[in-house]
Amino acid sequence: MAGGEPRPTETGSTPVDHRYDASLSVNLQDLRDFFLTYQSVIGFAGINGLLALSVYATLSCGQLSLANAGFMAIGAYASALLTVHASLPFAVVLLAGTVAPALLAVPLGLPVLRLRGVFLAIATIGFGEVVRLGFVNWEYTNGALGLVGIPQRAGLGSILAALAVTLFLFLRLRGTRTGCALEAIREDEAAARTMGIDSTAHKLAMLTLGAAVAGLAGALEAHFTFMVSPGGYTFGRAVDMLVFAVVGGTAHPLGPLVGAAFLTALPEILRAAGSSIGIPPGPLRLFLNGAILLAVILFLPEGIASLWRRYGRRRVREGHAA
Amino acid sequence: MLLELERVSRSFGGVHAVDRCSFAVRQGDIHGLIGPNGAGKTTLLNLVSGLIQPTGGSIVLAGRRIDRLPPHRIAALGVARTYQNIRLFPDLSAISNVIAGEHLRRRDTVLESLLLLPSARREQETARERARALLARVGLLERAEERAANLSYGEQRRVEIARALAADPAVLLLDEPTAGMNPAEVSAVGRLIAEVASQGHTVLLVEHNVKLVMSICRTITVLDFGEVIAEGPPAAIATSPAVIAAYLGAKP
Repeated sequence: MAGGEPRPTETGSTPVDHRYDASLSVNLQDLRDFFLTYQSVIGFAGINGLLALSVYATLSCGQLSLANAGFMAIGAYASALLTVHASLPFAVVLLAGTVAPALLAVPLGLPVLRLRGVFLAIATIGFGEVVRLGFVNWEYTNGALGLVGIPQRAGLGSILAALAVTLFLFLRLRGTRTGCALEAIREDEAAARTMGIDSTAHKLAMLTLGAAVAGLAGALEAHFTFMVSPGGYTFGRAVDMLVFAVVGGTAHPLGPLVGAAFLTALPEILRAAGSSIGIPPGPLRLFLNGAILLAVILFLPEGIASLWRRYGRRRVREGHAA
Repeated sequence: MLLELERVSRSFGGVHAVDRCSFAVRQGDIHGLIGPNGAGKTTLLNLVSGLIQPTGGSIVLAGRRIDRLPPHRIAALGVARTYQNIRLFPDLSAISNVIAGEHLRRRDTVLESLLLLPSARREQETARERARALLARVGLLERAEERAANLSYGEQRRVEIARALAADPAVLLLDEPTAGMNPAEVSAVGRLIAEVASQGHTVLLVEHNVKLVMSICRTITVLDFGEVIAEGPPAAIATSPAVIAAYLGAKP
Protein backbone atom coordinates (compact mmCIF):
# COMPACT_ATOMS: atom_id res chain seq x y z
CA MET A 1 0.00 0.00 0.00
CA ALA A 2 2.72 2.45 1.00
CA GLY A 3 5.25 0.81 -1.29
CA GLY A 4 5.39 3.55 -3.95
CA GLU A 5 5.56 6.47 -1.59
CA PRO A 6 8.81 7.99 -0.32
CA ARG A 7 9.16 7.91 3.42
CA PRO A 8 8.88 11.50 4.67
CA THR A 9 10.31 10.80 8.11
CA GLU A 10 13.67 9.74 6.80
CA THR A 11 14.44 12.99 5.00
CA GLY A 12 13.76 15.39 7.86
CA SER A 13 14.56 13.02 10.66
CA THR A 14 16.63 15.25 12.94
CA PRO A 15 14.10 17.98 13.80
CA VAL A 16 11.29 15.45 14.15
CA ASP A 17 13.31 13.27 16.51
CA HIS A 18 14.26 16.30 18.54
CA ARG A 19 10.67 17.30 19.02
CA TYR A 20 9.72 13.78 20.08
CA ASP A 21 12.65 13.70 22.51
CA ALA A 22 11.52 16.91 24.14
CA SER A 23 7.94 15.81 24.57
CA LEU A 24 9.09 12.43 25.85
CA SER A 25 11.28 13.92 28.54
CA VAL A 26 8.45 16.18 29.66
CA ASN A 27 6.17 13.13 29.87
CA LEU A 28 8.74 11.22 31.88
CA GLN A 29 9.07 14.15 34.25
CA ASP A 30 5.28 14.32 34.62
CA LEU A 31 5.18 10.58 35.17
CA ARG A 32 7.83 10.80 37.89
CA ASP A 33 5.99 13.61 39.65
CA PHE A 34 2.77 11.65 39.39
CA PHE A 35 4.37 8.57 40.89
CA LEU A 36 5.98 10.52 43.72
CA THR A 37 2.74 12.32 44.54
CA TYR A 38 0.53 9.30 44.38
CA GLN A 39 2.97 6.64 45.54
CA SER A 40 0.86 5.59 48.47
CA VAL A 41 -2.36 5.59 46.46
CA ILE A 42 -0.76 3.34 43.85
CA GLY A 43 0.62 1.11 46.58
CA PHE A 44 -2.78 0.77 48.22
CA ALA A 45 -4.42 0.18 44.85
CA GLY A 46 -1.96 -2.67 44.31
CA ILE A 47 -2.62 -4.17 47.74
CA ASN A 48 -6.36 -3.80 47.21
CA GLY A 49 -5.94 -5.41 43.79
CA LEU A 50 -4.38 -8.44 45.47
CA LEU A 51 -7.22 -8.54 47.99
CA ALA A 52 -9.79 -8.31 45.19
CA LEU A 53 -8.08 -11.21 43.41
CA SER A 54 -8.13 -13.20 46.63
CA VAL A 55 -11.94 -12.90 46.70
CA TYR A 56 -12.08 -13.58 42.96
CA ALA A 57 -10.37 -16.93 43.63
CA THR A 58 -13.39 -18.28 45.52
CA LEU A 59 -15.93 -16.39 43.41
CA SER A 60 -14.50 -18.03 40.29
CA CYS A 61 -15.93 -21.35 41.47
CA GLY A 62 -19.13 -19.78 42.71
CA GLN A 63 -18.32 -19.62 46.42
CA LEU A 64 -18.89 -16.49 48.48
CA SER A 65 -16.22 -16.54 51.18
CA LEU A 66 -15.74 -13.61 53.55
CA ALA A 67 -12.81 -15.18 55.41
CA ASN A 68 -10.17 -13.20 53.58
CA ALA A 69 -9.80 -10.38 56.11
CA GLY A 70 -8.91 -13.12 58.62
CA PHE A 71 -6.42 -14.73 56.23
CA MET A 72 -4.97 -11.30 55.54
CA ALA A 73 -4.53 -10.71 59.29
CA ILE A 74 -2.68 -14.00 59.66
CA GLY A 75 -0.36 -13.13 56.77
CA ALA A 76 0.25 -9.67 58.17
CA TYR A 77 0.97 -10.78 61.73
CA ALA A 78 3.08 -13.78 60.69
CA SER A 79 5.26 -11.67 58.42
CA ALA A 80 5.49 -8.74 60.83
CA LEU A 81 6.59 -10.99 63.69
CA LEU A 82 9.23 -12.57 61.48
CA THR A 83 10.57 -9.18 60.45
CA VAL A 84 10.63 -7.83 64.00
CA HIS A 85 11.94 -10.91 65.83
CA ALA A 86 14.06 -12.65 63.20
CA SER A 87 15.86 -10.58 60.64
CA LEU A 88 14.99 -12.75 57.68
CA PRO A 89 15.17 -11.62 54.05
CA PHE A 90 11.99 -9.88 52.90
CA ALA A 91 11.25 -12.55 50.30
CA VAL A 92 11.22 -15.24 53.01
CA VAL A 93 9.00 -13.10 55.18
CA LEU A 94 6.53 -12.60 52.33
CA LEU A 95 6.56 -16.31 51.60
CA ALA A 96 5.76 -17.07 55.24
CA GLY A 97 2.93 -14.52 55.17
CA THR A 98 1.56 -16.28 52.09
CA VAL A 99 1.91 -19.86 53.28
CA ALA A 100 0.67 -19.46 56.88
CA PRO A 101 -2.96 -18.56 56.03
CA ALA A 102 -2.99 -21.11 53.20
CA LEU A 103 -2.14 -23.86 55.69
CA LEU A 104 -5.02 -22.73 57.87
CA ALA A 105 -7.42 -22.60 54.93
CA VAL A 106 -7.36 -26.38 54.50
CA PRO A 107 -8.73 -27.35 57.95
CA LEU A 108 -11.18 -24.43 57.72
CA GLY A 109 -12.34 -25.36 54.23
CA LEU A 110 -12.96 -29.06 54.79
CA PRO A 111 -15.98 -28.53 57.06
CA VAL A 112 -17.04 -25.07 55.87
CA LEU A 113 -17.15 -25.77 52.12
CA ARG A 114 -19.96 -28.24 52.68
CA LEU A 115 -22.09 -25.15 53.17
CA ARG A 116 -23.56 -23.22 50.29
CA GLY A 117 -24.36 -19.62 49.48
CA VAL A 118 -25.24 -17.42 52.40
CA PHE A 119 -24.42 -20.15 54.95
CA LEU A 120 -20.85 -20.32 53.67
CA ALA A 121 -20.66 -16.52 53.82
CA ILE A 122 -21.83 -16.48 57.46
CA ALA A 123 -19.47 -19.29 58.52
CA THR A 124 -16.51 -17.49 56.94
CA ILE A 125 -17.51 -14.19 58.59
CA GLY A 126 -17.36 -16.15 61.83
CA PHE A 127 -13.86 -17.35 61.03
CA GLY A 128 -12.71 -13.79 60.28
CA GLU A 129 -14.08 -12.52 63.58
CA VAL A 130 -12.47 -15.38 65.52
CA VAL A 131 -9.09 -14.49 64.02
CA ARG A 132 -9.54 -10.78 64.70
CA LEU A 133 -10.66 -11.32 68.30
CA GLY A 134 -7.83 -13.79 68.76
CA PHE A 135 -5.33 -11.06 67.90
CA VAL A 136 -7.19 -8.54 70.08
CA ASN A 137 -6.64 -10.85 73.05
CA TRP A 138 -3.12 -11.99 72.26
CA GLU A 139 -0.73 -10.14 74.54
CA TYR A 140 2.32 -11.23 72.60
CA THR A 141 1.19 -9.00 69.71
CA ASN A 142 0.08 -6.12 71.98
CA GLY A 143 -3.61 -6.98 71.81
CA ALA A 144 -5.82 -4.33 70.31
CA LEU A 145 -2.89 -1.91 69.86
CA GLY A 146 -1.09 -4.29 67.51
CA LEU A 147 2.48 -4.07 66.32
CA VAL A 148 3.92 -0.72 65.38
CA GLY A 149 7.24 0.39 64.01
CA ILE A 150 7.59 -2.47 61.54
CA PRO A 151 10.45 -1.53 59.19
CA GLN A 152 9.13 -0.36 55.83
CA ARG A 153 10.31 -3.10 53.52
CA ALA A 154 7.55 -3.06 50.91
CA GLY A 155 7.44 -0.48 48.17
CA LEU A 156 5.74 -0.01 44.84
CA GLY A 157 8.21 -2.46 43.30
CA SER A 158 7.41 -5.39 45.57
CA ILE A 159 3.67 -4.66 45.58
CA LEU A 160 3.37 -4.42 41.82
CA ALA A 161 5.60 -7.46 41.36
CA ALA A 162 3.39 -9.51 43.70
CA LEU A 163 0.35 -8.27 41.83
CA ALA A 164 1.86 -9.20 38.49
CA VAL A 165 2.75 -12.72 39.63
CA THR A 166 -0.73 -13.28 41.06
CA LEU A 167 -2.45 -11.92 37.97
CA PHE A 168 -0.27 -14.11 35.77
CA LEU A 169 -1.33 -17.14 37.78
CA PHE A 170 -5.03 -16.36 37.38
CA LEU A 171 -4.64 -15.61 33.68
CA ARG A 172 -2.80 -18.86 33.03
CA LEU A 173 -5.49 -20.82 34.89
CA ARG A 174 -8.05 -19.88 32.24
CA GLY A 175 -8.67 -22.56 29.64
CA THR A 176 -6.75 -25.26 31.50
CA ARG A 177 -8.50 -28.44 32.63
CA THR A 178 -8.73 -26.96 36.12
CA GLY A 179 -9.92 -23.57 34.87
CA CYS A 180 -12.73 -25.16 32.86
CA ALA A 181 -13.71 -27.26 35.89
CA LEU A 182 -13.94 -24.12 38.05
CA GLU A 183 -16.26 -22.47 35.53
CA ALA A 184 -18.42 -25.59 35.48
CA ILE A 185 -18.67 -25.64 39.29
CA ARG A 186 -19.58 -21.95 39.32
CA GLU A 187 -22.38 -22.53 36.83
CA ASP A 188 -23.92 -25.74 38.21
CA GLU A 189 -22.07 -27.71 40.84
CA ALA A 190 -24.20 -30.89 40.71
CA ALA A 191 -23.98 -31.08 36.92
CA ALA A 192 -20.22 -30.51 37.14
CA ARG A 193 -19.88 -33.41 39.58
CA THR A 194 -21.67 -35.81 37.23
CA MET A 195 -19.06 -34.85 34.63
CA GLY A 196 -16.33 -36.22 36.87
CA ILE A 197 -15.29 -32.94 38.48
CA ASP A 198 -14.33 -33.28 42.14
CA SER A 199 -15.99 -30.08 43.26
CA THR A 200 -14.85 -30.29 46.88
CA ALA A 201 -11.18 -30.52 45.91
CA HIS A 202 -11.49 -27.60 43.48
CA LYS A 203 -13.34 -25.41 45.97
CA LEU A 204 -10.78 -26.22 48.66
CA ALA A 205 -7.93 -25.39 46.30
CA MET A 206 -9.44 -22.01 45.46
CA LEU A 207 -10.15 -21.17 49.10
CA THR A 208 -6.51 -21.99 49.84
CA LEU A 209 -5.26 -19.94 46.90
CA GLY A 210 -7.45 -17.03 48.00
CA ALA A 211 -6.07 -17.33 51.54
CA ALA A 212 -2.50 -17.30 50.20
CA VAL A 213 -3.11 -14.18 48.10
CA ALA A 214 -4.89 -12.41 50.99
CA GLY A 215 -1.98 -13.33 53.26
CA LEU A 216 0.51 -11.95 50.74
CA ALA A 217 -1.47 -8.71 50.58
CA GLY A 218 -1.52 -8.55 54.38
CA ALA A 219 2.24 -9.09 54.58
CA LEU A 220 2.87 -6.37 52.00
CA GLU A 221 0.53 -3.93 53.70
CA ALA A 222 2.16 -4.53 57.12
CA HIS A 223 5.54 -3.59 55.63
CA PHE A 224 4.10 -0.67 53.65
CA THR A 225 2.25 1.05 56.51
CA PHE A 226 4.70 0.04 59.32
CA MET A 227 1.92 -1.36 61.48
CA VAL A 228 -0.58 -4.14 62.01
CA SER A 229 -3.53 -4.01 64.38
CA PRO A 230 -6.70 -6.09 64.67
CA GLY A 231 -8.77 -3.04 63.68
CA GLY A 232 -7.45 -3.34 60.14
CA TYR A 233 -9.01 -6.75 59.58
CA THR A 234 -12.65 -6.27 60.41
CA PHE A 235 -15.73 -7.64 58.66
CA GLY A 236 -15.87 -4.30 56.82
CA ARG A 237 -12.49 -5.04 55.28
CA ALA A 238 -13.76 -8.38 53.96
CA VAL A 239 -16.74 -6.61 52.43
CA ASP A 240 -14.46 -3.99 50.84
CA MET A 241 -12.57 -6.76 49.02
CA LEU A 242 -15.81 -8.24 47.79
CA VAL A 243 -16.97 -4.83 46.57
CA PHE A 244 -13.71 -4.32 44.63
CA ALA A 245 -14.22 -7.62 42.86
CA VAL A 246 -17.92 -7.18 42.15
CA VAL A 247 -17.64 -3.56 41.01
CA GLY A 248 -14.77 -4.44 38.70
CA GLY A 249 -16.47 -7.57 37.38
CA THR A 250 -15.69 -11.21 37.98
CA ALA A 251 -15.85 -12.56 34.43
CA HIS A 252 -12.11 -12.00 33.95
CA PRO A 253 -9.25 -11.66 36.46
CA LEU A 254 -8.58 -8.12 35.27
CA GLY A 255 -12.03 -7.09 36.52
CA PRO A 256 -11.17 -7.21 40.25
CA LEU A 257 -8.00 -5.20 39.54
CA VAL A 258 -9.97 -2.53 37.70
CA GLY A 259 -12.45 -2.41 40.57
CA ALA A 260 -9.73 -2.11 43.21
CA ALA A 261 -7.87 0.59 41.29
CA PHE A 262 -11.07 2.53 40.59
CA LEU A 263 -12.38 2.45 44.16
CA THR A 264 -8.97 3.20 45.68
CA ALA A 265 -8.44 6.16 43.37
CA LEU A 266 -12.02 7.47 43.51
CA PRO A 267 -11.64 9.49 46.73
CA GLU A 268 -8.43 11.03 45.31
CA ILE A 269 -10.12 11.83 42.01
CA LEU A 270 -13.05 13.36 43.85
CA ARG A 271 -10.68 15.42 45.96
CA ALA A 272 -8.83 16.75 42.95
CA ALA A 273 -11.99 17.29 40.93
CA GLY A 274 -13.86 18.59 43.94
CA SER A 275 -11.42 21.33 44.83
CA SER A 276 -11.16 22.45 41.20
CA ILE A 277 -14.93 22.90 40.79
CA GLY A 278 -15.52 24.10 44.34
CA ILE A 279 -17.15 21.14 46.07
CA PRO A 280 -16.07 21.46 49.69
CA PRO A 281 -14.33 18.53 51.37
CA GLY A 282 -16.30 16.37 53.74
CA PRO A 283 -19.58 14.48 53.65
CA LEU A 284 -20.56 15.63 50.14
CA ARG A 285 -17.59 13.80 48.63
CA LEU A 286 -18.34 10.69 50.63
CA PHE A 287 -21.87 10.93 49.29
CA LEU A 288 -20.57 11.23 45.72
CA ASN A 289 -18.29 8.27 46.33
CA GLY A 290 -21.28 6.20 47.39
CA ALA A 291 -23.43 7.47 44.53
CA ILE A 292 -20.84 6.50 41.93
CA LEU A 293 -20.53 3.07 43.50
CA LEU A 294 -24.29 2.64 43.40
CA ALA A 295 -24.43 3.80 39.79
CA VAL A 296 -21.81 1.25 38.75
CA ILE A 297 -23.67 -1.57 40.47
CA LEU A 298 -27.02 -0.51 39.02
CA PHE A 299 -25.96 0.19 35.46
CA LEU A 300 -23.01 -2.16 35.05
CA PRO A 301 -24.08 -5.30 36.85
CA GLU A 302 -21.23 -7.24 35.23
CA GLY A 303 -18.71 -4.71 36.52
CA ILE A 304 -16.66 -1.86 35.12
CA ALA A 305 -14.53 -4.26 33.11
CA SER A 306 -17.63 -5.23 31.09
CA LEU A 307 -17.60 -1.72 29.56
CA TRP A 308 -14.74 -2.79 27.37
CA ARG A 309 -16.60 -5.84 26.14
CA ARG A 310 -19.79 -3.86 25.51
CA TYR A 311 -17.84 -1.36 23.49
CA GLY A 312 -16.27 -4.19 21.51
CA ARG A 313 -19.65 -5.77 20.83
CA ARG A 314 -21.15 -2.49 19.65
CA ARG A 315 -18.24 -2.01 17.26
CA VAL A 316 -18.77 -5.50 15.89
CA ARG A 317 -22.47 -4.79 15.39
CA GLU A 318 -21.78 -1.51 13.62
CA GLY A 319 -19.22 -3.28 11.50
CA HIS A 320 -21.83 -5.80 10.40
CA ALA A 321 -24.35 -3.06 9.65
CA ALA A 322 -21.90 -1.08 7.53
CA MET B 1 -24.05 -57.30 32.22
CA LEU B 2 -22.56 -53.83 32.38
CA LEU B 3 -24.96 -52.17 34.81
CA GLU B 4 -26.92 -54.16 37.36
CA LEU B 5 -29.53 -52.84 39.76
CA GLU B 6 -30.48 -55.22 42.54
CA ARG B 7 -33.55 -54.45 44.66
CA VAL B 8 -32.74 -50.73 44.58
CA SER B 9 -35.03 -48.59 46.73
CA ARG B 10 -35.25 -44.92 47.46
CA SER B 11 -37.88 -43.27 49.55
CA PHE B 12 -38.40 -39.59 50.23
CA GLY B 13 -40.13 -39.41 53.60
CA GLY B 14 -42.97 -41.87 53.23
CA VAL B 15 -42.95 -41.89 49.42
CA HIS B 16 -41.33 -44.90 47.79
CA ALA B 17 -40.06 -43.20 44.64
CA VAL B 18 -38.16 -46.33 43.67
CA ASP B 19 -39.17 -49.61 45.30
CA ARG B 20 -37.00 -52.74 45.06
CA CYS B 21 -36.15 -52.24 41.40
CA SER B 22 -34.04 -54.90 39.77
CA PHE B 23 -32.91 -54.89 36.18
CA ALA B 24 -29.71 -55.14 34.22
CA VAL B 25 -28.35 -53.30 31.20
CA ARG B 26 -26.36 -55.29 28.66
CA GLN B 27 -23.11 -53.95 27.27
CA GLY B 28 -23.72 -52.10 23.98
CA ASP B 29 -27.48 -52.11 24.38
CA ILE B 30 -29.94 -49.29 24.04
CA HIS B 31 -32.05 -49.97 27.08
CA GLY B 32 -35.34 -48.13 27.35
CA LEU B 33 -36.83 -47.10 30.67
CA ILE B 34 -40.46 -46.07 30.36
CA GLY B 35 -43.40 -45.59 32.63
CA PRO B 36 -46.16 -43.12 33.44
CA ASN B 37 -45.35 -39.76 35.04
CA GLY B 38 -44.02 -40.15 38.55
CA ALA B 39 -43.02 -43.77 38.03
CA GLY B 40 -39.52 -43.07 39.36
CA LYS B 41 -37.53 -42.98 36.12
CA THR B 42 -35.59 -39.79 36.84
CA THR B 43 -35.03 -40.88 40.44
CA LEU B 44 -33.46 -44.05 39.08
CA LEU B 45 -31.08 -42.08 36.87
CA ASN B 46 -30.21 -39.85 39.85
CA LEU B 47 -29.41 -42.99 41.84
CA VAL B 48 -27.21 -44.46 39.12
CA SER B 49 -25.29 -41.18 38.62
CA GLY B 50 -24.86 -40.78 42.38
CA LEU B 51 -26.71 -37.49 42.85
CA ILE B 52 -28.78 -39.29 45.49
CA GLN B 53 -28.05 -42.47 47.43
CA PRO B 54 -30.38 -45.47 47.55
CA THR B 55 -32.05 -46.35 50.83
CA GLY B 56 -31.64 -50.01 49.95
CA GLY B 57 -30.25 -52.42 47.39
CA SER B 58 -27.14 -52.22 45.27
CA ILE B 59 -26.01 -50.78 41.94
CA VAL B 60 -23.10 -52.52 40.23
CA LEU B 61 -21.19 -51.15 37.25
CA ALA B 62 -18.84 -53.58 35.48
CA GLY B 63 -18.56 -55.71 38.60
CA ARG B 64 -18.05 -52.82 40.96
CA ARG B 65 -20.52 -51.42 43.48
CA ILE B 66 -21.14 -47.75 42.85
CA ASP B 67 -24.15 -46.97 45.01
CA ARG B 68 -22.16 -45.29 47.79
CA LEU B 69 -19.72 -43.38 45.60
CA PRO B 70 -19.88 -39.62 45.05
CA PRO B 71 -21.03 -38.49 41.56
CA HIS B 72 -17.56 -37.54 40.31
CA ARG B 73 -16.20 -41.02 41.12
CA ILE B 74 -19.11 -42.68 39.33
CA ALA B 75 -18.49 -40.42 36.34
CA ALA B 76 -14.82 -41.45 36.39
CA LEU B 77 -15.94 -45.09 36.16
CA GLY B 78 -17.70 -44.24 32.90
CA VAL B 79 -21.19 -42.91 33.58
CA ALA B 80 -22.34 -39.70 31.88
CA ARG B 81 -25.83 -38.23 31.70
CA THR B 82 -28.20 -35.58 30.47
CA TYR B 83 -31.03 -34.04 32.43
CA GLN B 84 -34.77 -33.92 31.94
CA ASN B 85 -34.78 -30.25 32.90
CA ILE B 86 -31.60 -29.39 30.91
CA ARG B 87 -28.66 -28.41 33.10
CA LEU B 88 -26.27 -26.79 30.68
CA PHE B 89 -23.96 -24.10 32.03
CA PRO B 90 -26.12 -21.18 30.88
CA ASP B 91 -23.48 -18.43 30.77
CA LEU B 92 -20.89 -20.49 28.93
CA SER B 93 -20.83 -20.92 25.16
CA ALA B 94 -22.00 -24.18 23.63
CA ILE B 95 -18.41 -25.20 22.95
CA SER B 96 -17.27 -24.32 26.48
CA ASN B 97 -20.01 -26.57 27.80
CA VAL B 98 -18.70 -29.46 25.73
CA ILE B 99 -15.08 -28.69 26.70
CA ALA B 100 -16.10 -28.81 30.38
CA GLY B 101 -17.50 -32.27 29.64
CA GLU B 102 -14.03 -33.40 28.58
CA HIS B 103 -12.73 -33.09 32.14
CA LEU B 104 -12.14 -36.83 32.53
CA ARG B 105 -10.27 -37.10 29.24
CA ARG B 106 -7.95 -34.13 29.61
CA ARG B 107 -4.50 -34.52 31.11
CA ASP B 108 -3.15 -30.97 31.06
CA THR B 109 -2.11 -29.41 34.35
CA VAL B 110 -2.01 -25.87 35.68
CA LEU B 111 1.75 -26.21 36.09
CA GLU B 112 2.26 -26.77 32.34
CA SER B 113 0.28 -23.62 31.68
CA LEU B 114 2.20 -21.59 34.29
CA LEU B 115 5.50 -22.69 32.78
CA LEU B 116 4.19 -21.60 29.36
CA LEU B 117 4.92 -25.06 27.99
CA PRO B 118 3.70 -25.64 24.45
CA SER B 119 2.00 -28.84 25.65
CA ALA B 120 -0.51 -26.72 27.60
CA ARG B 121 -1.66 -24.86 24.50
CA ARG B 122 -1.65 -28.06 22.48
CA GLU B 123 -3.89 -29.84 25.00
CA GLN B 124 -6.29 -26.89 25.05
CA GLU B 125 -6.46 -26.91 21.28
CA THR B 126 -7.01 -30.67 21.21
CA ALA B 127 -9.84 -30.28 23.71
CA ARG B 128 -11.39 -27.56 21.54
CA GLU B 129 -11.04 -29.65 18.40
CA ARG B 130 -12.69 -32.63 20.05
CA ALA B 131 -15.51 -30.38 21.24
CA ARG B 132 -15.98 -28.99 17.72
CA ALA B 133 -16.17 -32.54 16.36
CA LEU B 134 -18.85 -33.43 18.91
CA LEU B 135 -20.85 -30.30 18.12
CA ALA B 136 -20.60 -31.16 14.44
CA ARG B 137 -21.91 -34.60 15.26
CA VAL B 138 -25.04 -33.17 16.89
CA GLY B 139 -25.35 -30.67 14.03
CA LEU B 140 -24.52 -27.53 16.00
CA LEU B 141 -21.06 -26.55 14.83
CA GLU B 142 -22.22 -23.17 13.56
CA ARG B 143 -23.71 -22.39 17.01
CA ALA B 144 -20.47 -23.26 18.85
CA GLU B 145 -19.81 -19.76 20.21
CA GLU B 146 -23.38 -18.98 21.19
CA ARG B 147 -24.22 -18.70 24.89
CA ALA B 148 -25.99 -21.88 25.96
CA ALA B 149 -28.88 -19.85 27.41
CA ASN B 150 -29.56 -18.34 23.98
CA LEU B 151 -29.93 -21.67 22.21
CA SER B 152 -33.34 -23.12 21.40
CA TYR B 153 -34.73 -25.90 23.53
CA GLY B 154 -33.91 -28.61 21.01
CA GLU B 155 -30.41 -27.21 20.50
CA GLN B 156 -29.80 -27.18 24.24
CA ARG B 157 -30.77 -30.84 24.47
CA ARG B 158 -28.34 -31.69 21.68
CA VAL B 159 -25.50 -29.70 23.30
CA GLU B 160 -26.18 -31.61 26.50
CA ILE B 161 -25.82 -34.91 24.64
CA ALA B 162 -22.55 -33.67 23.12
CA ARG B 163 -21.32 -32.63 26.58
CA ALA B 164 -22.14 -36.08 27.98
CA LEU B 165 -20.40 -37.80 25.07
CA ALA B 166 -17.32 -35.61 25.63
CA ALA B 167 -16.38 -37.80 28.58
CA ASP B 168 -16.37 -40.85 26.26
CA PRO B 169 -18.63 -42.70 28.71
CA ALA B 170 -19.19 -46.45 28.94
CA VAL B 171 -22.81 -45.80 29.92
CA LEU B 172 -24.80 -42.83 28.73
CA LEU B 173 -27.91 -41.98 30.73
CA LEU B 174 -30.36 -39.93 28.68
CA ASP B 175 -33.30 -38.38 30.52
CA GLU B 176 -36.01 -37.58 27.98
CA PRO B 177 -33.64 -36.35 25.27
CA THR B 178 -36.44 -35.57 22.82
CA ALA B 179 -38.81 -33.72 25.16
CA GLY B 180 -40.07 -30.58 23.46
CA MET B 181 -38.62 -31.46 20.06
CA ASN B 182 -40.43 -31.50 16.74
CA PRO B 183 -40.72 -34.80 14.79
CA ALA B 184 -37.74 -34.04 12.54
CA GLU B 185 -35.53 -33.32 15.56
CA VAL B 186 -36.82 -36.45 17.29
CA SER B 187 -35.81 -38.70 14.42
CA ALA B 188 -32.41 -36.99 14.20
CA VAL B 189 -31.80 -37.64 17.90
CA GLY B 190 -33.02 -41.22 17.41
CA ARG B 191 -30.43 -41.75 14.69
CA LEU B 192 -27.77 -40.14 16.89
CA ILE B 193 -28.56 -42.48 19.79
CA ALA B 194 -28.42 -45.53 17.52
CA GLU B 195 -25.08 -44.35 16.15
CA VAL B 196 -23.68 -43.72 19.63
CA ALA B 197 -24.66 -47.24 20.67
CA SER B 198 -23.10 -48.73 17.56
CA GLN B 199 -19.81 -47.11 18.58
CA GLY B 200 -19.76 -49.08 21.81
CA HIS B 201 -21.48 -46.75 24.27
CA THR B 202 -24.23 -48.40 26.28
CA VAL B 203 -27.35 -46.23 26.50
CA LEU B 204 -29.98 -46.15 29.21
CA LEU B 205 -32.81 -44.11 27.74
CA VAL B 206 -35.67 -42.59 29.71
CA GLU B 207 -38.22 -41.44 27.18
CA HIS B 208 -41.90 -40.62 26.84
CA ASN B 209 -41.94 -40.92 23.07
CA VAL B 210 -43.05 -44.56 22.88
CA LYS B 211 -42.60 -44.72 19.13
CA LEU B 212 -38.95 -43.76 19.45
CA VAL B 213 -38.35 -46.19 22.30
CA MET B 214 -40.00 -49.03 20.39
CA SER B 215 -37.93 -48.33 17.29
CA ILE B 216 -34.43 -48.02 18.77
CA CYS B 217 -34.36 -49.97 22.05
CA ARG B 218 -33.48 -53.63 22.21
CA THR B 219 -34.69 -54.06 25.76
CA ILE B 220 -37.30 -52.08 27.64
CA THR B 221 -37.97 -51.89 31.36
CA VAL B 222 -41.32 -50.49 32.44
CA LEU B 223 -41.69 -48.79 35.80
CA ASP B 224 -44.90 -47.93 37.61
CA PHE B 225 -45.07 -46.46 41.11
CA GLY B 226 -41.38 -47.17 41.59
CA GLU B 227 -41.60 -50.84 40.71
CA VAL B 228 -40.59 -52.80 37.64
CA ILE B 229 -43.81 -54.11 36.12
CA ALA B 230 -42.48 -55.49 32.85
CA GLU B 231 -39.25 -56.09 31.01
CA GLY B 232 -38.41 -57.46 27.61
CA PRO B 233 -37.98 -56.69 23.92
CA PRO B 234 -40.23 -53.98 22.40
CA ALA B 235 -42.67 -56.42 20.81
CA ALA B 236 -43.36 -58.15 24.13
CA ILE B 237 -43.72 -54.84 25.97
CA ALA B 238 -46.22 -53.48 23.45
CA THR B 239 -48.58 -56.38 24.09
CA SER B 240 -47.97 -56.83 27.83
CA PRO B 241 -51.26 -56.55 29.73
CA ALA B 242 -49.49 -55.04 32.76
CA VAL B 243 -48.04 -52.24 30.65
CA ILE B 244 -51.33 -51.52 28.92
CA ALA B 245 -53.02 -51.41 32.30
CA ALA B 246 -50.42 -49.03 33.71
CA TYR B 247 -50.69 -46.63 30.79
CA LEU B 248 -54.40 -46.80 30.05
CA GLY B 249 -55.81 -48.00 33.35
CA ALA B 250 -56.99 -51.53 34.05
CA LYS B 251 -60.35 -52.75 32.80
CA PRO B 252 -62.83 -52.62 35.63
